[in-house]
Amino acid sequence: MNTEEIHGLLAEQFGDAILELKTEAIDPWIVVSADKIVDILTFLRDDERLQFDHLNDLTAVDFLEPDEKKAKKFPYDPHLEIVYHLSSFGLKHRTVIKISVPRWKNDEPGSHPEIPSVAGVFGIADWHEREAYDMFGINFVGHPNLKRILCPEDWEGHPLRKDYDFPLEYHGIRGM
Amino acid sequence: MTWIEGRFEENVITTTLEQAMNWAQESSVWPMTFGLACCAIEMMATGASRYDIDRFGAGAFRATPRQADLMIVAGTVTYKMASRVRRLYEQMADPKYVIAMGACTVGGGPYFKHGYHVVKGVDLVVPVDVYVPGCPPRPEALLEGLMRIQDKIKARKLGKVSGTASFGQKGEKITDELALPHHSGYGKVAESTATA
Repeated sequence: MNTEEIHGLLAEQFGDAILELKTEAIDPWIVVSADKIVDILTFLRDDERLQFDHLNDLTAVDFLEPDEKKAKKFPYDPHLEIVYHLSSFGLKHRTVIKISVPRWKNDEPGSHPEIPSVAGVFGIADWHEREAYDMFGINFVGHPNLKRILCPEDWEGHPLRKDYDFPLEYHGIRGM
Repeated sequence: MTWIEGRFEENVITTTLEQAMNWAQESSVWPMTFGLACCAIEMMATGASRYDIDRFGAGAFRATPRQADLMIVAGTVTYKMASRVRRLYEQMADPKYVIAMGACTVGGGPYFKHGYHVVKGVDLVVPVDVYVPGCPPRPEALLEGLMRIQDKIKARKLGKVSGTASFGQKGEKITDELALPHHSGYGKVAESTATA
């Protein structure tokens, strides 16, 4: 089943929550609304026609150009995208689901944007979401154990955000 | 001992204590089993039969710092790992030596500018005796580094430099240790023990 057909099924089931379909890319993707992501992934997993039993990857992308000169030509509004790569072992098809969230909750720098956790739908999402939290500072609401997975627990900031400042010093070790 | 057997009459061999001890220690440098990243693969190759670090008496990789004389820091040291590296170094018994193997441990390597989590050289964490550059260094380079360590051991002195040492009385210590790196931040900077 290709992404257009998957999009058709999703649009039929969820209506307005399915926002966009992009097919001109090598990996076509479907943009959906963030608050419905748990229902949508559950549907993709459980529906007989789809059977997406495997979450290959869950990650995030920071759309921001920190360089002021280049920012004028930057074609996107600053935002974060969370990407879900799904595949089905039985039906041998795959798809990409994306959701878009603001970089900061209520535009207050420092407050993490919140999206629902899908760790209850796909078990592997547990660690993927911890990584996305560690690297991007996305708060996955409902996650069973949302703490840093790679960086030390006392690390400051979220390193893969484009406006991240490198540490000058960590526990007495000079950084720059 | 076939190469030396039957060549001498019964004899007495004289040497200095210093030479004998340094010879024994340089010929049995025991490295620690300790690899952090891709350089460790090259270190394992150095230990295997083709390059055979055992030819230099340094093939007994010990699984505990308490039995090791040499720490080969093979691979990228992250900030999270730095405190562990430091602890392992401190657990090793004196005399101890450190080889910084590979570009990452020599000075941050490819992560120097864009690695937010990489220590810019392991000499910010532990005192380094020999730097082996390369990414990763070939086994020959590590063997060269080991031979430089052996040179260092060979040049060690036992005797006093100054002071009033006599039999049973301790003189002032010879400095063959390096001072702690001043950026380590793991306690006070060791006062220079140099007296000569």
